[in-house]
Amino acid sequence: MAWTWFHRFGSPPHFYRIAGKLVPWFGTLAALACIGGLIGGLVLAPSDYLQGEGYRIIYVHVPAATLSMMAYAVMALAAATGLIWRMNVAYAVAASCAPIGASFTVIALVTGSLWGRPMWGTYWVWDPRLVTELLLLFLYLGYMGLRGAIEESGRADRASAILAIVGVVNLPIIHYSVDWWNSLHQGHTLLKFGAPSMPPSMYVPLITMILGFMLYFGAVLLVRARGEVLRRERTARWLLDVVGEV
Amino acid sequence: MLEWLSMGGNARFVWPSYGITLLVLWLNIRWARQAARAGRAEAKRRLAMRASDS
Repeated sequence: MAWTWFHRFGSPPHFYRIAGKLVPWFGTLAALACIGGLIGGLVLAPSDYLQGEGYRIIYVHVPAATLSMMAYAVMALAAATGLIWRMNVAYAVAASCAPIGASFTVIALVTGSLWGRPMWGTYWVWDPRLVTELLLLFLYLGYMGLRGAIEESGRADRASAILAIVGVVNLPIIHYSVDWWNSLHQGHTLLKFGAPSMPPSMYVPLITMILGFMLYFGAVLLVRARGEVLRRERTARWLLDVVGEV
Repeated sequence: MLEWLSMGGNARFVWPSYGITLLVLWLNIRWARQAARAGRAEAKRRLAMRASDS
């Protein structure tokens, strides 16, 4: 019984229908959370005693960096699900995650660089956190490149899934890099033992923005995955209902 | 207002960060819609081929 929902979700028509219903909800809630987070972060939050107003980059940098890793974890999980249960929908979700995750990684790197210039005096430094985040971008690009290079979709799914799963090892390295090595990058702000090292007026907008980015990721992922499911379905009868008479 | 826009002298770092983020988020929505339309068109083309074969 517990697995029924899982197997139902693996059915392309069911996934297509449910995803279509979820997209507007995710999109609306993402917009509301991001607007609230932006007002809180840009207007209501006080300036930082050390970094002044420049710290406000945090409200786009941290959510983008968080989502760059979360999207990879979702991609690897979906890829593993596809490999283990031979679920075509899971492969479609994995393939849809990659460009979105790569774009979050680009945002994280660019905004981090723009934050680094006034705080560290340089746009780039070969710091463990920055290098592992750059490696994450290469993993996304490698995943997409590998998919594009293999013509037969079944082989492309399996080969790229293995790459996605192997690349998961980079996620804890990114997260703990600031603890394991001497890093110029600041340590954990929210995910640390005890209380966050920020007052609520600063971290509430940040959490709201992270939530908004997560919902945005969900909405965009589902739109992409629906298209990918349609592209993959061969001669299924339900397609007629979706695309109309031909 | 001008003081807020100047971001304590960090405007040239703060606003481009927000601008780039909004641009990439908007592009993602656009590309996702394009991918969805392409998937739909591909399915339609395949169904049309199947109908013409039978």
